[in-house]
Amino acid sequence: MRLALNEADSAFRDELRVFFTTQIPAEILERARNDELRYPEDMVTTQQILNKAGLAVPNWPVEWGGKDWTPLQHQIWADEMRLAGVPEPLAFNAGMVGPVIAQFGSQELKERFLPATANLDIWWCQGFSEPEAGSDLASLRTTALRDGDHYVINGQKTWTTLGQYADWIFVLARTDPAAPKKQAGISFILLEMSTPGITLRPIKLIDGSYEVNEVFFEDVRVPANQLVGEENAGWSYAKFLLSNERSGIARVGTSKVWLAEVKERATKTPVGGGTMLEDPLFAARVAEIETELLALELTQLRVSGDEGTGKPNPASSILKLRGSQLQQAVTELLVEVAGPDGLPFGAPDAVDSPAWAQHAAPKYLNYRKTSIYGGSNEIQRTIISSTILGL
Amino acid sequence: MNFDLTEEQQLLADTAREVLSRSYDTESRNKIIDSDLGWSRDVWSQLAEIGILGLGFEAEESGPTEVMVVMTEIGRRLAPEPVAAAALIPGSVIAAYGSADQRALLDDVASGQRLLAFAHTEPGRRGAAELTTRATRQGESWTLTGRKNPVLAGDSADVLVVTAALPGGGSGLFLVAGDAATRHPFRTFDGQRGADVELDNTTAQPLGPGGDATSAIESAVIRFQAALCAEAVGAMDESLRLTTEYLKARKQFGVPLKTFQTLTQRAADMYVSLELARSMSFYAAVCVADGRFDPMVAARSKLQIGRSGRHIAQEAIQLHGGIGVTAEYPIAHYAARLTAIEQTFGSPTDQLRYLSGQVGSYGVAAL
Repeated sequence: MRLALNEADSAFRDELRVFFTTQIPAEILERARNDELRYPEDMVTTQQILNKAGLAVPNWPVEWGGKDWTPLQHQIWADEMRLAGVPEPLAFNAGMVGPVIAQFGSQELKERFLPATANLDIWWCQGFSEPEAGSDLASLRTTALRDGDHYVINGQKTWTTLGQYADWIFVLARTDPAAPKKQAGISFILLEMSTPGITLRPIKLIDGSYEVNEVFFEDVRVPANQLVGEENAGWSYAKFLLSNERSGIARVGTSKVWLAEVKERATKTPVGGGTMLEDPLFAARVAEIETELLALELTQLRVSGDEGTGKPNPASSILKLRGSQLQQAVTELLVEVAGPDGLPFGAPDAVDSPAWAQHAAPKYLNYRKTSIYGGSNEIQRTIISSTILGL
Repeated sequence: MNFDLTEEQQLLADTAREVLSRSYDTESRNKIIDSDLGWSRDVWSQLAEIGILGLGFEAEESGPTEVMVVMTEIGRRLAPEPVAAAALIPGSVIAAYGSADQRALLDDVASGQRLLAFAHTEPGRRGAAELTTRATRQGESWTLTGRKNPVLAGDSADVLVVTAALPGGGSGLFLVAGDAATRHPFRTFDGQRGADVELDNTTAQPLGPGGDATSAIESAVIRFQAALCAEAVGAMDESLRLTTEYLKARKQFGVPLKTFQTLTQRAADMYVSLELARSMSFYAAVCVADGRFDPMVAARSKLQIGRSGRHIAQEAIQLHGGIGVTAEYPIAHYAARLTAIEQTFGSPTDQLRYLSGQVGSYGVAAL
């Protein structure tokens, strides 16, 4: 056992640190820090800079732009990117559909989609959840029925994040409605958002943002060569994707940066005779969360070695479960630092309430999503109790 | 960076686990902890034979990682032998700072012939910077006066490693013959043994060259904390294993308890607590192995272990039901041990008090 990085990894980290802090436009980093990123352009600009340097999709196979890194180096890449506050490569492209196509897609699909997906020339969104299929994803009802060289898709998806910017969507749809088991008979299909019959309805969230959408499919005709892998084998690809999603979801580095911001704001917030950070009650809560973040970071370093084998690692459920709770805990602290200054929302400049304070509560409310998406935390507990504990 | 054990370390863990599980089941352990000594000389000899009582004394042979591995097995089996308190921790202090003559004592410790104890904690004082036990010099000889309690394994120690305030300021380390002090032995609520040690102009020998040993004492405490963390992980691991077995075997309403999601979801949370604690135990051990005696690392590790330990202990009992609070069944013994560890060398609240005072001195927290 050894905690320190060896010389090579240490040099690797330094190189990435320099890249992330100097090669991404300062105004994008600034907007990211203030939760004011411009979509989609800031995301596209950043991902293309990363991709040009070979840093957008290191988790992919080497022949498609991935890196032959050790698991630790992959972790260093993610940590340094988050510590520098760089907007991460679009998860739907880099973390979800890309690895699925690379792992299970035909050569033709790989050539057609992977380079453009890595470079964010096409923006992907996810069509998994349905109004009647949330945690119980396998009960999805959207159908894709074969008609000659096409599938005809009918149904509805929901919670499609950033779908309003998307060029393409990857969906799970039922190709064999008569299959004996609900997990069987599902396929993984790629669709262009401009295909006739697709409509999008934005869902406004409690923080005022438009982040997620409903997507409706009405007799949408998709060329059959946009099926990924085998027909009716989509559920296993979905599980592969969700397991990848879970481990990336912990976002320990991001929570650490946010917590440092909480502390910074708290040192400028007077309470009683001192500052909020000097208040033992508040400082103890910060210290407790910091400790848990470091414990999770170490846990992530321990389990990251098992990833990339193509098999879902049940321990990734710990990362999702605890990582989401800690992101939420940090957003709660910021609400308390903002206090009454956080009550105004979208207020005119003349109102003496700083932008960060106005963002605090909406962000806290928005981040209740983290324990719900990517497989709710209750689902993660079920995975742990059944797969790891054998219950 | 890596968290893998070497083949030798894995072998050491397996050997320790085998010896201890051969020696103890709940009934035999209950018998031993109710004996006068509170542990078994026979098991002690077996531990000596497989080299466990001398771990870390020779830095080139074994170190804090080996100590961690063995302590986790001690915790898993809830072995009452005071391996850390009577051998490894005070032994490591003598190994690091003792004179050649003093270090010679370690052969007898490693072979199980002589016992040590680390007499540092003072009654009624919590993390106080200054010791009330005082060292006095008369010519070339030293005496100590004061009170140390609780001294774990102090009841049976042949030699005590004692901390005391020096006349010119600072704190020193001394060796005192066990029978030179007035000792009031006791049993702890988790079945271990200790003593209240009274020193009254008691003859003492400075450890090594003597002088201010503040940082050596701090390092010894950090070593002890890391060993306790490792022991707690073993106890938590076994608590969860026993609980999951129980959920599978026990039937109510005509079905196994594992049918009830309200129970299995809580078992999953116990697993999360366990793995976070395991990570922090690795962290504590690896830092000590690197010679990094960092109070931040120790405080964070002990805080996480304390939180996880309390969570797992309470849930393990609750998920068992009434049998969980009986002495005949093992689970409450694990809860008792985890509670004792929590309150030894700094409670979670003590750690949090220290960490709270530091949060303003850095920005982003780092390992």
